[in-house]
Amino acid sequence: MLKIDHLSTSYKTIDGNVRVVSDLDFEIYDNEIFGIAGESGCGKTTLLKALYDIVEFPLEIDSGRVILSGEKNGAPFSYESGKIRSTWWNNISYVPQAAQSVLNPIMQLKYHFLDSIPKQDRKSKTEEQTLDRVKQYLEELSLSPDLLDAYPFQLSGGMRQRVIIALATYMSPNVVLADEPTTALDVVVQRGILMMLMRLQKQLKNTLVLVSHDMGVHYQVTNRMGIMYSGSFVELGKTDFIFNEPIHPYTKMLVGALPRVGDKSQKVGIPGRPPALTNPPPGCRFAPRCPVATDLCRRDVPPFREVKPGRFAACHNLDKEVR
Amino acid sequence: MKKFWKNTNGRFKTGLIMTAFFLVLGFIVYYIPHANPFTFNTYPSKLDPSMENWLGTTSMGQDVFWLLIEAIHNSLVIGLIVATIGTVVGVFVGLLAGFSGGAVDRVLTVVTDTFVVIPSLPILILMTSLMKGTSTVILMALVLAMFAWAWPSRQIRSMALSMKERDFIHTAWFSGEGTVQVVVTEILPYALTWSLSNFMNATLSAIAFESSLAVLGLSPANLISLGNMIQWARERNAIFARQWFWIGSPIVATVLLFIGLFLLITGYNDYLSMKRGR
Amino acid sequence: MKFHKYFGLRVLTWFLTIWIGVTFVFFIPRMFPADPVENMIGQIQARSGQMDPVQMESLRKSLRLQFGLEGSLLEQYGTYLWKGLLHFDFGPSLMSYPEPAGRIIATYLPYTLCLSLTSTVLAWVIGNMIGLLAGFRKDKRSSRILESIAICIYPIPYFIIALVLQIAFAFILGWFPLIATINHTGGFGVFISSLIKSSVLPAVSLLLLGTGWWIISMKSLSGTTAAEDFVLYARYRGLPEGKIGRSYVFRNSILTQITALAMSLGGVFSGAIMTEIIFGYPGVGTLIQKAIMQSDYNMILGCITISIVAISTATLIVDLIYPFIDPRIRYS
Repeated sequence: MLKIDHLSTSYKTIDGNVRVVSDLDFEIYDNEIFGIAGESGCGKTTLLKALYDIVEFPLEIDSGRVILSGEKNGAPFSYESGKIRSTWWNNISYVPQAAQSVLNPIMQLKYHFLDSIPKQDRKSKTEEQTLDRVKQYLEELSLSPDLLDAYPFQLSGGMRQRVIIALATYMSPNVVLADEPTTALDVVVQRGILMMLMRLQKQLKNTLVLVSHDMGVHYQVTNRMGIMYSGSFVELGKTDFIFNEPIHPYTKMLVGALPRVGDKSQKVGIPGRPPALTNPPPGCRFAPRCPVATDLCRRDVPPFREVKPGRFAACHNLDKEVR
Repeated sequence: MKKFWKNTNGRFKTGLIMTAFFLVLGFIVYYIPHANPFTFNTYPSKLDPSMENWLGTTSMGQDVFWLLIEAIHNSLVIGLIVATIGTVVGVFVGLLAGFSGGAVDRVLTVVTDTFVVIPSLPILILMTSLMKGTSTVILMALVLAMFAWAWPSRQIRSMALSMKERDFIHTAWFSGEGTVQVVVTEILPYALTWSLSNFMNATLSAIAFESSLAVLGLSPANLISLGNMIQWARERNAIFARQWFWIGSPIVATVLLFIGLFLLITGYNDYLSMKRGR
Repeated sequence: MKFHKYFGLRVLTWFLTIWIGVTFVFFIPRMFPADPVENMIGQIQARSGQMDPVQMESLRKSLRLQFGLEGSLLEQYGTYLWKGLLHFDFGPSLMSYPEPAGRIIATYLPYTLCLSLTSTVLAWVIGNMIGLLAGFRKDKRSSRILESIAICIYPIPYFIIALVLQIAFAFILGWFPLIATINHTGGFGVFISSLIKSSVLPAVSLLLLGTGWWIISMKSLSGTTAAEDFVLYARYRGLPEGKIGRSYVFRNSILTQITALAMSLGGVFSGAIMTEIIFGYPGVGTLIQKAIMQSDYNMILGCITISIVAISTATLIVDLIYPFIDPRIRYS
């Protein structure tokens, strides 16, 4: 599981520190699919990078940390920010956004697999044997074992994405982070990818963190999810509740904008744009666009707290109705 | 101007200073009245450096310092003439090919590529060896220019091809500007930044070729250039006679000039790519 | 299919380059007023006194034949291509009349090939290795110093480096012979040792310049490659740095460098010629210089034709190796 412990990160730029992700504190459990949703530029990818421990200049952790813990082959483990990278691919892995260009163009896929399997897990086996196991694994995922001899440029985008997912899950990691795995793919392929991810999670009983701006994906796939806005979570809880009983005004407007079968009401978009992260407004960052914002909202940042059991939100006006 | 200075990196500045130094030597110091350095026996031969002859004299009684200044002047002149011809022709051909498209482009490209692919030194050797004895500076420059236009033309053409589709060109078209006007006002400024880089490159390679041909004995005999000066010193056994200033000064000058030009070119290229935001 | 297209295109380029180059070589001398035959007769007369008119006329006729100046322009062109390209027969050399120029070139050519091929390949290998290390650790001071040194060496013309090395190591320090002296008498051992001693300085000067260029270009290339998505992802997959450097950065960068090698061969050849001349190394360069000094046209034409053929063929060979390393060309 992943524990995010009062995490704050920022980018060091010439114009000063840009705070993205402010004082996040929550947990992602074992055996669940956790979604992170939000508009472009809200900090989803930054959060993912922090979770995966890709914290390189100019990104820096100002305070707090991420703790990755769990059990593998009966032995418990625990890694903190800074040390997580030592267990990359073993206990935590990452499926990136642009599947097109993350594979070595002149290397066959089988070598990609062989590369990713650390020597100590191979010590007793020869290359042949390892590849046999990989082929078995691919078959379980309904992928042809012939793929191993192919080069990346010979595969379609969807196929490449699937191979990358296979690559990322081969070592049965405890946590898999997926950054917009279905963007830039057509709807049919999207479904295939999502089904693959869900099936894998069910098999491995591990944690899958899915980042996507597509609310439809979250609805289909995730158990719990968090909605991010301008660098922090505004609501977090079980996916069912988020969609059917949203608490935060932003969530309400997001969900309200989604079309549903049989719903004939007029859809309203959310006016305005998210604030620039370099110059956030004082108080609640959503206040400028919020229909029920008060002076308190514009002055004080609302705390992110547990409002109902298992449901978190950051808002001063939790009981007000939003049209 | 200040912003320009601040943005360019150390390499560019060093290159600029070094090149400027040589330009001063070649075009300002050169015009300070002095005796013709070529005439033999102006001074006693094989002298060491003194107040009279800053770098000593050659074995033919020539003042080394003024010989060097004249060599720098001539090398620069050749380089600049060749580069000018090459860049002008290259830009013209490149733009023509890039924007005309079709058969014109095809023909021009084949011609250009021929000149790019053919090894130039052998052909230059051939031509200059046939001219031996009757060549002049102008002829030399024309021969060198024969190959100098090909690379710039290729570059400008590919730039033209990519620009043809760019939005701001279409905007200019649609707002009714005529072809020539579009070319001059929109495209030429862009082409000029590329051309500057090509120009400096062409200068460098022209001086290099001329020097190499001089070592082969193919440079015009009445012309004092850096290459020629080195070659004469070699022929007259300056090495054995330990006349370090005679043979050393053009060597050092050539090395510094080339390094300076190269730094200028790479610095400028870095500056350009930085401006383009990569 | 793509491979066949690639192959065909390269061979066509090779053929066209040689043909056009040789055509240049054919037509250029004919644009100049100097008549090489009259020149030759004049020189022969100057050396061995007046000839009687009948002898002179028959000599003139046979010379014109050997120079390929008989017949219409088209006939001359045809004969020239046939004899020159296919049989490397360029007629007799003036300097060593009546020995055929082609045969003389054949004795000098191996020296040039050995010298330039070895130093080119070595410079390419060493330069790329150093460039890779420098580019991979872009921010370390050592890499910046290395690059600065390379930048100072690269722009210097070949003959100047050769000259400087000659003055410093052959003249002042006396470690190596000033002019290449290869002992053909005295047995194989003497031959080899004198060959090696005479080759060191020329080879080093070619090596220095070549390495400089490859260091600079590989450094920037590997730096760019190291920032590509697939390299970053390789890191995120927990791959060790060494593996990333070798299989990911190096193997991708080297492909571009192979193409670059092919394109650099023309310049390498020119450089080799200059270097040979400075050291008097018995290769094609020195031969060309002698031929120029004595206006030996056949020799000049022959050397230049051979040069063009050699450069184009070497380029073709490198181009043909490329698909075996880049799978994207091998498979459609």
